Amino acid sequence: MLHQLSWKVGGQQGEGIESTGEIFATAMNRLGYHLYGYRHFSSRIKGGHTNNKITVRPEEVRFIADDLDILVAFDQETIDVNYKELTENGIILADAKFDPKNPEDCKASLYAVPFTEIAAELGTSLMKNMVAIGATAALMNLSEAVFQNVVTDIFGRKGEEVVAKNMQAIERGRIAITGQIGERTGSWELAPADGKRRMFMIGNDAVALGALAAGVRFMAAYPITPASEIMEYMIKKLPLVGGAVIQTEDEIAAATMAIGSNYGGVRAFTASAGPGLSLMMEAIGLSGMTEQPLVVIDTQRGGPSTGLPTKQEQSDLMAMVYGTHGEIPKVIIAPSTMEEAFYDTIQAFNIAEELQLPVILLTDLQLSLGKQSVDPFDYSKIEIRRGKLVIPEDAESKEYFKRYENTEDGISPRVLPGKLGGIHHVTGVEHDEQGKPSEATGNRRTQMDKRFRKLEHLRFDNPVHVKAPHDEADVLLVGFNSTRGALEEVQDALNAEGIKTNHAQIRLISPFPAEEMSALVNKAKKVIVVENNATGQLANIMKMSIGGHGKIRNVLKYDGTPFLPRELTNLVKEEI
Amino acid sequence: MATFKDFRNSVKPNWCPGCGDFSVQAAIQRAAANVGYEPHELAVISGIGCSGRISGYINSYGFHGIHGRALPIAQGLKMANRDLKVIASGGDGDGFAIGMGHTIHAIRRNIDITYVVMDNQIYGLTKGQTSPRSAAGFITKSTPGGAIEPSLKPLEVALTAGATFVAQGFSTDIKELTAMIEAGLNHKGFSFINVFSPCVTYNKVNTYDWFKENLTKLADIEGYDNTNRELAMQTVMQHEGLVTGIVYHDQETKSYQEKVEGYSELPLTDIDISLSEDQFDTLVKEFM
Ligand SMILES: Cc1ncc(C[n+]2csc(CCOP(=O)(O)OP(=O)(O)O)c2C)c(N)n1
Ligand code: SF4
Ligand SMILES: [Mg+2]
Repeated sequence: MLHQLSWKVGGQQGEGIESTGEIFATAMNRLGYHLYGYRHFSSRIKGGHTNNKITVRPEEVRFIADDLDILVAFDQETIDVNYKELTENGIILADAKFDPKNPEDCKASLYAVPFTEIAAELGTSLMKNMVAIGATAALMNLSEAVFQNVVTDIFGRKGEEVVAKNMQAIERGRIAITGQIGERTGSWELAPADGKRRMFMIGNDAVALGALAAGVRFMAAYPITPASEIMEYMIKKLPLVGGAVIQTEDEIAAATMAIGSNYGGVRAFTASAGPGLSLMMEAIGLSGMTEQPLVVIDTQRGGPSTGLPTKQEQSDLMAMVYGTHGEIPKVIIAPSTMEEAFYDTIQAFNIAEELQLPVILLTDLQLSLGKQSVDPFDYSKIEIRRGKLVIPEDAESKEYFKRYENTEDGISPRVLPGKLGGIHHVTGVEHDEQGKPSEATGNRRTQMDKRFRKLEHLRFDNPVHVKAPHDEADVLLVGFNSTRGALEEVQDALNAEGIKTNHAQIRLISPFPAEEMSALVNKAKKVIVVENNATGQLANIMKMSIGGHGKIRNVLKYDGTPFLPRELTNLVKEEI
Repeated sequence: MATFKDFRNSVKPNWCPGCGDFSVQAAIQRAAANVGYEPHELAVISGIGCSGRISGYINSYGFHGIHGRALPIAQGLKMANRDLKVIASGGDGDGFAIGMGHTIHAIRRNIDITYVVMDNQIYGLTKGQTSPRSAAGFITKSTPGGAIEPSLKPLEVALTAGATFVAQGFSTDIKELTAMIEAGLNHKGFSFINVFSPCVTYNKVNTYDWFKENLTKLADIEGYDNTNRELAMQTVMQHEGLVTGIVYHDQETKSYQEKVEGYSELPLTDIDISLSEDQFDTLVKEFM
C-alpha cells in the first residue's frame, strides 16, 4: 500500500482536463484524504498544454510532489512534457486515439486505453475523462461507488440518465485497464484515510470567504490572473448579504472606489496582481495620507510588465513595501497556508480599520490557485474590530470635527459622512487636525509623526511561523507565502541527515518582525532565504532590518515553477 | 431647514479674484439648500486642480482626492451609503484628460450622483498648459505653436456614452446654473453638468466676454425638447457645444443601484455585517 500518490492529467486546454482533475480530487477529498492540486496552464483559452497534478496522502500535504505515479494523457505532448517526473513503477494511461508513443528513456510503462472510443460508444466522446477516472480507480483499487455522489452532484441536474451513463463510463474504464495490466491492478492502492470531511479549496476561495466573514459588503475590481476568483466569489455571495461588486474600468477605479466605500463606513476591498498593483500605487498613498482604511489583495504572479501571467513568482515584495511615492504607514501580511489566508484576511480588515491605513495581503500564484484539503474554518475565531469609529458627542457643533486629532496613539477618532456634528474635510494634501490643507512646518511634522505612530499599536499574532527545534542550528530556512510546504519537507529531510535545521516562514512583511527574526538568525550558523524571484527581495529586506548579513544566503527560482521538496533540498544543500 | 449660508465655512478660497469657480461654488451651495439638504447629509468629492479645492470650501463632508479620481471615490461612497447626497467635482483636465476613463464609465454606470465639471479650457493649477478642452490653435506654455489636437466635446461624449442627465452652465449665470444643479441633484441617476468657469489668469481667449458673445441658451431655442436624445445631439453639434441649459434628461431609466440584484435598500452602513453561524456553515459546506 502506498503512503502517497501523485497523479497528473494533461491535454490541450479547453478539452475537459480541468473537470477530470476536479472529479478525481473531489472523490479523494470526500474519502478523507489530504490533497494538494496544482495546475499548469497558459494564457490562452483553447489549445496549449495544460495539466493538473494532484498529490494525495492520508496525512496533511502542503507541497507538490517531485515524482509522479500515474500520468493520464490525452495527447502526446502531455507524455513528452511530463514523463521525466514518472518513477520506475509509474504508469502512463494514454488515450489510444492519438496512438501514444513512450519516449525511449521513459522509466514508466505506457498503456494505450481507448478512452475516447469507449466514451463515444456510450454516446459522447466528452465522457472520455470519466473513462480515464475509471482506469485510475482500478489502479488504486477504488470501487466505482466512491465516485457516485460526486457524479450525482455534478450531473444530477441533467437527469438520472446522464448520471448513469457517466457511472457506466467509469466502470468501462476500470474493465479496460484491468484487461490490459492484469495483476498490476490495484498496485497503486493508498493507505486508508481518516474519512473526515474537509473543505477542498484554492487560496483565493479562502481569501474571499475571509473577506465575507470579515464583513465586507462592497468590492470593486478588475479581472486579472490569478486574482479573478476572489471577485467571482464575491459576485456570487455579496448579493446574498445585501452587498454588491462593481467590475470597474481599471484598477485605479477599483482601489479608489474601495477607498470611497471605506470612507463611507463600509468594509470594501479590491484584489489584483502585479500589473493592477502598479496602477493602484497612487491610491494606496491616498489611503495612507487620508487615513482611510483600504485592503488590497496582491496575488503575485510572474512579472515584470505582463511577465508570466499564469506562473508562480514572488517578486512584488519590494514594490509593495516601498510602493507609492512619499512615506506612509502600511501593513503587509503574507499568509503561507489556507488557514492563514482565511484568518489573516479577516485580520487585514480589522487592522485597516483600527489603524486607518492601507493593508496589503500578499499571496502568490501557488497559494492563490493551488487547491488543498483544509479542515473547516472555525466560526468562533471570527472577530470583527472596527477601531475608533465614533458618533460625534456634540451634534450641534458648527466646528469642523477633528478627524486628524493628534492623539497619543496616533489614531484619531473617525466619524462617518452623514453624521450630525461630524463634518470634516479629507484630503491627500498635508492637512491639519480638521483636515484643512496646511503647509506649516510644525503641522507637517506633527501629522507625519502621528500617522507613523499608529504602527506601534499594530496587533498581529505570530508574525513569524517558527519551527525551531534547535538552540544552535546549522541552518535556518526562511521563506514566505506558498514555499512553506516545500520548506517543511526540506527541514525534515535535513534534520534526518543530521543537519540541524530550523525554519521560519515570515507572515508579516511590513512592519518587519525584526526582533523575532534576529533571535532566530542569531541561533543559526547559516541562513538560507528561499524565494521565487531573481534578486532575493526577502533576503534584502532582512538585511535592511537586522544584522547577521554574512550568514544570509539565497536560494532563488524564477522560471515560473514552484519549488518541489527534493529539488529544494538539493539546492539548499549546495549552499550549506 | 438649512439655507445656502449653512453651506458656507470659514475657509477663504485661494482662487484668483475673478475666477469662475467662485460662482460654481455659490451655485452648488444654493442648489443644495434649495433641494432641502442639510450640510451633514452632503459629501462633496473633488479632484486635483484649482477647481478641486472646492470640497474644502463648502460646509459639508468633503473629500479632496487625487488627480482624476473624484468619480470612483464618489461612486464607492454612494454604494456604501445610498442615503448620502454625493456631488463629485473637478476641472476639465481632471475629468476629461487623466480621469476621462472614469467619466465615460460613470456616465454609463448611472450611479445616482451629480458631477460638476469646472471647465476653463486650461490647466489652472499647473500654471497654464493646454487641456483637452482647449481649441485647436490655442497657445499655451505647452503648446507654443498652438494646440494641434481638436478640443474634446463633453456634451457629445456624454450623450453617446448613454448619459441620463446632461447639462451645461456658465458660471456668471448663477440662476440658471443653480436651477440645473438642483435638477441634477433631484435626478435619479448620474447627472453630468459641464460649467464654463473662466480662468482669468491663464486663459485670455475664453473670457467672460467671449462666452457671453458665443453662448446660446437652449431655453431660447424654439421647440427644443430635452427628452429627445437625437435632437439634443443635433442641437449641440449645430452650436459647436456652445449652449447652456439642460441638454438631455431621461427620467425613465433606472439608476445603477436600483438595478443591482440583492443590493440592500438600507444603506450598507446600516446593516449588520457579521455572518450568522448558519450562514457561515453553509458557505463552508459548499467547499466540501
Ligand atoms: C497624477 C498627477 N499628475 C499630474 C498632476 C499635476 N496636476 C495637478 S492639477 C493638474 C491639471 C489641472 O487642470 P484642471 O483639471 O483643468 O483643473 P484647473 O486647475 O484648471 O481647475 C495637473 C496636471 C497631479 N496632481 N497628479
Ligand atoms: S489660475 Fe485660473 S483657474 Fe486657477 S484660481 Fe486662478 S483664475 Fe481660477
Ligand atoms: Mg481646467
